[in-house]
Amino acid sequence: MTSLHLFRRKAVNAVMLTVTGLCTLFATGTLVFILGYLFIHGGTSLSWDFFTKLPTPVGETGGGMANAIVGSAKLLLIAMLVGVPIGFLGGVYLAEFGGTTFSFIVRYTTDLLNGVPSIVIGIFAYTLIVLPQKHFSTMAGGLALGLMMIPIAVRSAEVFLRAVPVSLREGAVALGASKSKAILTVVIPAAKGGIITGIMLDLARVAGETAPLLFTSFSNRFWSPGWEQPTAALPVMIFTYAIAPYEDWHRQAWSAGFVLLTLVLAVNVIAHLILSKSKHVAR
Amino acid sequence: MTRRILMAALAFALAAGAASAQNVLINGAGATFPYPMYSKWFDEYHKKFPTLQFNYQSIGSGGGIQQVTQGTVDFGASDGPMNDMQLKEYQAKHGSAILHFPTVMGADVPAYKIAGVSQALNFTPEALAGIFLGKITKWNDPELMKANPGVKLPANDIIVVHRSDGSGTTYVWVDYLSKVSKEWESKVGRGTSVNWPVGLGGKGNEGVSGQLEQTPNSIGYIELIYAVQNKITYGKVKNASGAFVEASLASVTAAAAGAASDMPDDFRVSITNAPGKDAYPISSFTWLLIPEKIADATKKKAIKDFLTWMLADGQNMTEPLAYARLPKAVVVKEQKAIAKIQ
Amino acid sequence: MAASSTTITSAGPSRPARSFFQRLRGGDEAAYLITFAAAASILLVTALLVFELYTNSALSRAKFGWSFFVTQTWDPVAGQYGALPFIYGTLVTSALALLIGVPLGVGAAIFLAELAPRAISDGLTFLIELLAAVPSVIYGLLGVFVLIPILRTLEPAIRAVLGWTPLFRGAFYGVSLFSAGVVLAVMIIPFIISISREVILAVPGDQREAALALGATRWESTWDVVVPYARKGIAGSIFLALARALGETMAVTMVIGNDPKIKASLLAPGYSIAAVIANEFTEATGQLYTSALIELGLVLFALTIVINAVARLLVAGTGDRNA
Repeated sequence: MTSLHLFRRKAVNAVMLTVTGLCTLFATGTLVFILGYLFIHGGTSLSWDFFTKLPTPVGETGGGMANAIVGSAKLLLIAMLVGVPIGFLGGVYLAEFGGTTFSFIVRYTTDLLNGVPSIVIGIFAYTLIVLPQKHFSTMAGGLALGLMMIPIAVRSAEVFLRAVPVSLREGAVALGASKSKAILTVVIPAAKGGIITGIMLDLARVAGETAPLLFTSFSNRFWSPGWEQPTAALPVMIFTYAIAPYEDWHRQAWSAGFVLLTLVLAVNVIAHLILSKSKHVAR
Repeated sequence: MTRRILMAALAFALAAGAASAQNVLINGAGATFPYPMYSKWFDEYHKKFPTLQFNYQSIGSGGGIQQVTQGTVDFGASDGPMNDMQLKEYQAKHGSAILHFPTVMGADVPAYKIAGVSQALNFTPEALAGIFLGKITKWNDPELMKANPGVKLPANDIIVVHRSDGSGTTYVWVDYLSKVSKEWESKVGRGTSVNWPVGLGGKGNEGVSGQLEQTPNSIGYIELIYAVQNKITYGKVKNASGAFVEASLASVTAAAAGAASDMPDDFRVSITNAPGKDAYPISSFTWLLIPEKIADATKKKAIKDFLTWMLADGQNMTEPLAYARLPKAVVVKEQKAIAKIQ
Repeated sequence: MAASSTTITSAGPSRPARSFFQRLRGGDEAAYLITFAAAASILLVTALLVFELYTNSALSRAKFGWSFFVTQTWDPVAGQYGALPFIYGTLVTSALALLIGVPLGVGAAIFLAELAPRAISDGLTFLIELLAAVPSVIYGLLGVFVLIPILRTLEPAIRAVLGWTPLFRGAFYGVSLFSAGVVLAVMIIPFIISISREVILAVPGDQREAALALGATRWESTWDVVVPYARKGIAGSIFLALARALGETMAVTMVIGNDPKIKASLLAPGYSIAAVIANEFTEATGQLYTSALIELGLVLFALTIVINAVARLLVAGTGDRNA
């Protein structure tokens, strides 16, 4: 082995270290850039009006997105009420009663559902709910989002339940608990940190979804009463305002984008902090 | 602690559910062409009657026709009147008819963004057809130079912007092109959504305007008010009498003059390429699509009252937004037609 | 075990067999039934989804058959619908996204898993995973107001370097297949990084140690030993990223140009399946038009299912259960 050859190998080593480091820098830099840009364009133009006022007529300046913020909250509430029970209980089934062919099929189908593009979920909710009901509604939008929440809720519930040490389960049973009592009083509480963070991340993910809302919750210029009428939602407003020509709308789109991103990232950071003790990070 | 959070959440949910239960929400969707006007009208009407909320979403005329046919909205809006097949489809689905109510008149203008050109260019029908067919590709094409002596047109490629969604604005534009160009009529034809030979797609008048603003050397067709509000330069078009006319309240009103006296009972009429030396050739009525039979009594009253208001006070608000008010003869005819809504 | 008559019976109380209702009250049966119902409802809803897609696209499938996949025309006036421009746009933008995203993503994953100190690696990985949480519409917002103006200023440079290929000819309008591909690349990089990194970390330490013991440099140990060991998982992460790119709607529709044409140049506007559905679905007048759009949805669905399935097989193959 000549020293020239060795020198070349060391050079390649150093070069590749730099190259891959640059790739990492690019990836991290993009995030910093996105946050910074949204802050400068959206954060600095945030006003009290944005959070409290309704949109103004087309072409007039001023107004805000109060109805969109409330609308998004309502949609997420329904999504949670639909997605969490089914997803969580489904995950319990897979973790506690799994191992059968049926549970294999369920797991496979859940993965399938996870891969469905959000626009297709929108089509499904439209044909299933909006057309027969003959109106767009918060309910339909919430259901579409809830459907998208199910696969991740199932997966995180299953993963965290399985991660509970066998000794805890055996201890419960040894003390005379039935299987369901053991699950309810010992296993689930032991996994609750992971399960709750999984659900939080799930919610954060669907909070930013736009496509399924286009044909379900539609949009609304006013407050949406109840659950059976169309409603404005933050991501839809961002889309509508961004592609329009009005400068004032662009400014509002940046503000809305900043608010949405801050909320989503805050949830992600909190979830990560809660989970930082555990080995697995649910996605 | 958890219990308190749950209680608060429940209270919020109930409040959100029960809030303003006595308000009447009427949902409509459709044309982006008159969106600035409808947006203003519904806002003013809401100020007058705070319990009535007309939620209008501008998703394009195609969307208005489709959603009102599906019954997912209470009324639609379109600048391309529904054709016979669409009327039949509505009738078959609902067992009753759908009525057209003209609201205002407006104009499609050829808007463009060319560096160094801030004046209104003259466009001949041949030029417009050629550009949108993809046969005229450069701004300094002889057809354009011929009509604009003295204007320095650059040698850049023309970037065409059209609608990506189903649009009445498109319908008006291609209706005009079909009338002035046999090639367009046979190759592309009329419709709210056509197979464009060239160009980028923008969503709604808003999207096309946005695209024009962002793209140098582009040309697109948008409703007059969008060009005015966003300060996008637009050109004059040669009308059937040979004069280059700019879209304005006067020229659009002139275009409707002939149709006003001759208005068919269902109000579906095209006023593109209208005769008259002052007429702007790419003008159009725009219509609200109202079902003949409305089941909900409160909504029916609200809609009928709004239409009456629209034909009176509403017409006084059109001019600041560069829409032309309806001719008197049409207003009278419409006021009678409101009674048809059962 | 052989039972003998002298076996001592167990110390606990002996219970008679319980009836169904007794077991139900005991809770075990209820727990099983409730969770089973939840799991079954997932199956039901997915089956319903496939059913709805299939039946609502029947009109279009009957009229066009297989020619749907090779027809270029999308003409609502004439009632002629063909999926080719959208399939083309979807595949081209996704391929471009992979072309740009895979080297960057795998490179960063290698750095984070192998070459960086653990503390930095964990911190940076967390930041990169935050990128995965950014909603699509925000990428679209940045695409329209930041990326496209940047690309417009870079266009002469791009043309100078790559203009000899037919891929980079013709006028550039800002919105284009290329812009959509770049936005998608940024969106999929976090996924490639986080999965590839986990897969590389899962490679047994003795592989590395063996290579280093033989005198390899860090890079040689990584590139010649560890990465080949993890290549199935890395390939899996690429497929997962591809599946995501195929289904992306909002960011793509805001920067792709919305023109259902097939052109050789990447600088030309195009269209993708998800984008056309988002733009035209609420206004498709007539049964055939709606049915054609739903058939497109079915095609996209099938594509993403297949790619996801391949991805899962590959990732599971390297023992990573967490992806």
